Amino acid sequence: MNLHEYQAKELLKKYNVTVQEGFACSTVHEAEEAYRQIKTQYGSNFAVVKAQIHAGGRGKGTVKETGINGVKVAKSAEDVVDISKKLLGGTLVTLQTGPAGKVVNKILVAQDMYYDGVSDRKEFYLSILLDRTKGQNVIMYSTEGGMNIEDVAHDTPEKIFKEWVHPSGGLQGFQARKIAFNLGLSGDAFKNMVKFVTNLYHAYVGLDCSMLEINPLFKAADNKIVAVDCKMNLDENALMRHADLASLRDITEEDPTEVEAGKYNLNFVKLDGNVGCMVNGAGLAMATMDMIKLSGGEPANFLDVGGTANAQTVEAGFKIILKDPAVKAILINIFGGIVRCDRVAQGVIDAYKNLGNIHIPIIVRLQGTNAVEAKKLIDESGLEVQSAILLSEAADLVKKAVA
Amino acid sequence: MSILVNKNSKILVQGFTGTEGTFHATQMIEYGTNVVGGVTPGKGGTSHLDKPVFNTVADCVKTTAADTSIIFVPPAFAADAIMEAAEAGIKLVVCITEGIPVQDMVKVKNYLQGKSTRLVGPNCPGVITAGECKVGIMPGFVFIPGRIGIVSKSGTLTYEAADQVAKAGLGISTAVGIGGDPIIGTTTKEAVELFMNDPETDAIVMIGEIGGGMEAEAARWIKETGNKKPVVGFIAGQTAPPGRRMGHAGAIVGGADDTAAAKMKIMTECGIHVVSSPADIGKKMAEVIKK
Repeated sequence: MNLHEYQAKELLKKYNVTVQEGFACSTVHEAEEAYRQIKTQYGSNFAVVKAQIHAGGRGKGTVKETGINGVKVAKSAEDVVDISKKLLGGTLVTLQTGPAGKVVNKILVAQDMYYDGVSDRKEFYLSILLDRTKGQNVIMYSTEGGMNIEDVAHDTPEKIFKEWVHPSGGLQGFQARKIAFNLGLSGDAFKNMVKFVTNLYHAYVGLDCSMLEINPLFKAADNKIVAVDCKMNLDENALMRHADLASLRDITEEDPTEVEAGKYNLNFVKLDGNVGCMVNGAGLAMATMDMIKLSGGEPANFLDVGGTANAQTVEAGFKIILKDPAVKAILINIFGGIVRCDRVAQGVIDAYKNLGNIHIPIIVRLQGTNAVEAKKLIDESGLEVQSAILLSEAADLVKKAVA
Repeated sequence: MSILVNKNSKILVQGFTGTEGTFHATQMIEYGTNVVGGVTPGKGGTSHLDKPVFNTVADCVKTTAADTSIIFVPPAFAADAIMEAAEAGIKLVVCITEGIPVQDMVKVKNYLQGKSTRLVGPNCPGVITAGECKVGIMPGFVFIPGRIGIVSKSGTLTYEAADQVAKAGLGISTAVGIGGDPIIGTTTKEAVELFMNDPETDAIVMIGEIGGGMEAEAARWIKETGNKKPVVGFIAGQTAPPGRRMGHAGAIVGGADDTAAAKMKIMTECGIHVVSSPADIGKKMAEVIKK
């Protein structure tokens, strides 16, 4: 589950991680008020206004309607009002959002960290994630902050450091010090970085994050170490032990069809193709998408209906797939193991009759327990449904449907 | 012989008396699997499906000499169940449970190091040695006895592959569903290695999907050890968009081998017979075996 920057920063503060302070605002009025508070608190006329969406590249992205960038520095209350008006309700398009962009419902009005002081300012990169191969958490960091880390990894791999954390021992002091040394720090900045990294790791584990990225990780001119931005993903499997975190989910950031599918316990991902599919099992679902492509179509979705494909799930699946006008055919691919194919076939027939008005070809491939009886049921139903038993037969039917 | 389980395996069921445990234990017994008992804390001393129930895995092992465990406990308690089985000296733990938090599995993986316990899963369909022993939730009838081994990250795709192999006139020695989670016990390479050393397996079907680097690791190992037995490979997710959750990790670590295309390329280079359509797995195997 993705969190917004402002939500992630609030969570980090509970673990004594220093963050760039700010206020999340939904209206221009709130933004103006936030600016006044920041000005009083930090004695600066500068503040940063940041669009809150679930995607990176906001600074370089632009709002379709007003042309403004997703992150702007304001020098006055009037500035904040002007920027907020242009951001709130607008559609921000970044490299990561795709051309459709994402609607900005909230903005973060934050303190300016680029003040002068005794030392140089520096931007670093640091993230914590799972190394699947080692089965351990790894802290990845670099002196090159503020830019796209994948570019740094590609162009200058020697500037990326990794520190693996022992699963039972946890992050040790020497490891935190090594990170601070490798980032070239000394004195107060060094001490602050050691504290920062230690607390950040506690947050990562304590919140059951699947990814935590601080970019830029900022050394201010007064040697403070601060999270200026934060990207946090939570492990959805662990939400059962974090009742408070589940409420942070922002469904306005998700595809509405995907949200609706979730209500029926269907695992659905919207794609751009012309052949919808409904499959039991994630691996077979992906394989079915691949087969659609090889048959000359493009998959319109990923849909895993799970182990118990019955009339209700099939009907819900139909409704969700049919919402997409680009869909020209639907392939249902069920390998019946413990679930019997004739029951699934009856489910398909019932769902088809209940919905009525299905004007596109439906191809049903049922294999496994009672597959022959299932094919007979479909063939004798009088409905415009084509049936298959072998996967290769289903592929041929898809080929004909999209030709 | 086959691998991991056979007719002599003594199976215990953790989460025995729950809905899932009861349903699948019944199916396993009907298949002919030697289920010797089960564990449900607090229900020790009772009996379920005509088998004894114990409070702890250690008690069950002491009385029944069980050597294999299958786990159906809910995700919040599954990591604990795996470690309990390992501590009691169980040789093979098959964890079916889906939805275990990743940080729990980080602990489990570490806990198992240096122990003689092998974990299969979690989030997997289990292990079946055709005609002998089913330690899982797969439909037994699909797995016709024969000499082809299957290792797969996916459940229904494993059944699909076994069915195609049967339709091609061949059969299955053992099928291992290793699971689709980011951290799993037995890797693709480890399962392939077991098959390569199994005198009752002539060829291997290796089914992977996007995310992680396990298929590449297995492919390189197969090449390094001289391609001793033919391997037919398939990777699901050639059309999956990047960054979306369909088993995809999306991390930089190991990122080079992440896509289906990258994995298929490495597998082909390592002498694996890669098919691009899931409908061709059985056909390809028949072709390869005849050579």
